[in-house]
Amino acid sequence: MSQSLLTVAPSPHIHTELTIPQVMRGVIIAMVPALLVSVYNFGLGAVYVTGLSILFCAGAEWAICKFLLMREPTITDGSAVITGMLLAFNVPSNLPWYIILIGSLVSVGIGKMSFGGLGNNPFNPALVGRVFLLLSFPVEMTSWPKAVATWSLDGTTGATPLGILKDGLRAGETVPALMQQMPSYTDFFFGFQGGSLGEMSAFALLIGLGYMLYRKIITWHIPVTMIATVFVMTGIFWFIDPTRFASPLFHVLTGGVMLGAIFMATDYVTSPVSHKGMIVFAIGCAVLTVLIRLFGAYPEGVSFAILIMNAFVPLINKYLRPVRYGANKSRQPKVGSQQFEQGKRPVTSN
Amino acid sequence: MKNRAFHKELKTFRLGGVHPQDNKLSASAPLAQLPLPKQVTIPIIQHIGAPAKVVVQRGDTVKVGQVIAQHEGFISSNIHASCSGRIGIIEEVMDSSGFKHLAVNIRVKGDDWLETIDRTDTLVEEITLSRDEIVARVMEAGVVGMGGAGFPSHAKIKVPEGKTIDTLIINGVECEPYLTADHRLMLEKPREIIVGVRILMKALGVSRSIIGIEDNKHDAIELFEELLHEDKQIEVQPLEVQYPQGGEKQLIQALLNREVPSGGLPADVGVIVHNVGTTFAIYEAVQKNKPLVERVVTVTGKDVKQPSNFWVRIGTPVIELITAAGGLPESTGKVVSGGPMMGKAIADLEVPVAKGTSGILMIAQAETKRAEEYNCVHCGKCIEACPMGLEPYRLLLLSKAGQSEKSKRENVLDCIECGSCSFVCPSNRPILDYIRLSKTKVKKLK
Repeated sequence: MSQSLLTVAPSPHIHTELTIPQVMRGVIIAMVPALLVSVYNFGLGAVYVTGLSILFCAGAEWAICKFLLMREPTITDGSAVITGMLLAFNVPSNLPWYIILIGSLVSVGIGKMSFGGLGNNPFNPALVGRVFLLLSFPVEMTSWPKAVATWSLDGTTGATPLGILKDGLRAGETVPALMQQMPSYTDFFFGFQGGSLGEMSAFALLIGLGYMLYRKIITWHIPVTMIATVFVMTGIFWFIDPTRFASPLFHVLTGGVMLGAIFMATDYVTSPVSHKGMIVFAIGCAVLTVLIRLFGAYPEGVSFAILIMNAFVPLINKYLRPVRYGANKSRQPKVGSQQFEQGKRPVTSN
Repeated sequence: MKNRAFHKELKTFRLGGVHPQDNKLSASAPLAQLPLPKQVTIPIIQHIGAPAKVVVQRGDTVKVGQVIAQHEGFISSNIHASCSGRIGIIEEVMDSSGFKHLAVNIRVKGDDWLETIDRTDTLVEEITLSRDEIVARVMEAGVVGMGGAGFPSHAKIKVPEGKTIDTLIINGVECEPYLTADHRLMLEKPREIIVGVRILMKALGVSRSIIGIEDNKHDAIELFEELLHEDKQIEVQPLEVQYPQGGEKQLIQALLNREVPSGGLPADVGVIVHNVGTTFAIYEAVQKNKPLVERVVTVTGKDVKQPSNFWVRIGTPVIELITAAGGLPESTGKVVSGGPMMGKAIADLEVPVAKGTSGILMIAQAETKRAEEYNCVHCGKCIEACPMGLEPYRLLLLSKAGQSEKSKRENVLDCIECGSCSFVCPSNRPILDYIRLSKTKVKKLK
């Protein structure tokens, strides 16, 4: 080749292979086990809702780019597919198509594109859509199909474990009595419970977490801290009064804690950038979740908790900065200090 | 006492770091002498500090080792003829950074060395020179930091006034992917390097020295362990493989858990760091009276026929090295002087090898292209990677906005330009490019 054709560019000259499309693909792969559990539990309903949601979200992003923003559609980065999947994961598997459409438009249109697209949205788009739907269609959004594999679209519906708990406690029953009506913890763990499409199985979600950690897509800080804080905090209440408060294991395995901690709170865009910030953020998500669950009007609070903490992210990023090299004065020994004099001794080890 | 290295706990630096594939393709290629080129072009500035002053004229005949440009002041360095022959044209030529500097061309004839230089391979262990004589000899020999920075070594041997040095660190990390020059030198000249360490210890008046070597060079760690197991003053410390461990500040943190203050020097925490290549050059300067006229250069790349490590005379055109390693691969899109993380892409293969040239790396066209850039998604990977604990994504935004004052407050000048942030950015954002821009602007603020 001719020498004059050599590329000249500043260093570094190599780049990691983990780029945005790879990251997004990785997240999608990590969500597959949870989706499979859902398909096993709900049959066609899960496929139908997830498929529509992805289609609507990607379509909305494409149309907004093409006709409103007049720029190259950005759906190839894969983030719209994730928003679609996450939105589907957060709704019941028998949701009518028009509600999914509205949810998708709110998620992508208001939640993401109105701020300038990927990277600029302050709130998790899927949760924006989910909460919008929860407030607008409270009946449809809380009639959960029973977790029995059925390949027809109209199964029977029932309440979630958290719903049974909240209603029962309100009616004056005790936790141990209510637990009699619920599936076992093993069932919770593997996903034989009522609830949103993607939050069925802690087991499947943990497989996804393991995969994302292995691929170094996310770090442990947010999911582990959030789950652990929920466990500890509900544990304290449970310890104080086990008749009024359910066990920590129950709280961790039911509802959206796993889904939220692993897939929603870890969203790059809407979570803090430093490890310290991530831990504070995750603790905040967990505390709010528990407060809403135990003392609020809703049986479940993960979505609200994460959205509220999303709003604090800029503040967290501003105040919780990484430790700078050289900032720790104890690592700058003064001449004559003991640490310094260590060097003077002849090395005697071996 | 064998395999002691593996009982030692691996150390590493605590902040940031990345793990690029190490691709040490030339690790098993022994050092080979590159045939003498027809001509060499020797820039008069290959170091940090003042350019040397040319003391020869066109038409003069020079011997190998003869001074052709004299240092100007203390922070400067002598430049020697690396080949014998006749001085050709003295004009400005482009160096590997793309800047033009005055350079002396020598038309090579024979290989006629100054008689004062000991060219035998005999190991001279006894150090007879005094501290001041060592400094003078190193200065005379034009030795500069060979890890890339090119700071005149004599200035680093003389303990700065008001400072006390307690530890000498020898940098055998070679954390840049692909490069194996230091590795091969450690394997083939370990005794010389150890004498070099003793010379440095004598000059600095310290009783403790640590040689830091990354764990991907087991053979070198074992060799030094074996040679030094009786030595109570020189330690060998194996290190976890992590980039940029060879950065002076990172190596000090890894080995001693000390941190150089912002804007300070290693001497501020009682440490001086020298690279193994420099240590060898200091051995040759002090014990053999041999100036820095040649160095080891790795010639490598995924498609290179024979990835090699050559002894190369300073001033040899890069193309000669490439030819000796089997020629420029058809796929080449970029030729880098140095490693892939911090090296400089060169535009012209006639660029001469300088004292700081550790490798020539050929990168395929396919790997040359920068991938599509996306918006910042605030993933925090650049923060996780930054070995200085900075927030690269924020520095990029400030740089784009032209906020030099704020960048300064965000300690942009602490950046060591290791490239870890740009390397890990999943959005392919040119973070370091913008940080460099910012640094230039901030420096002008003063």
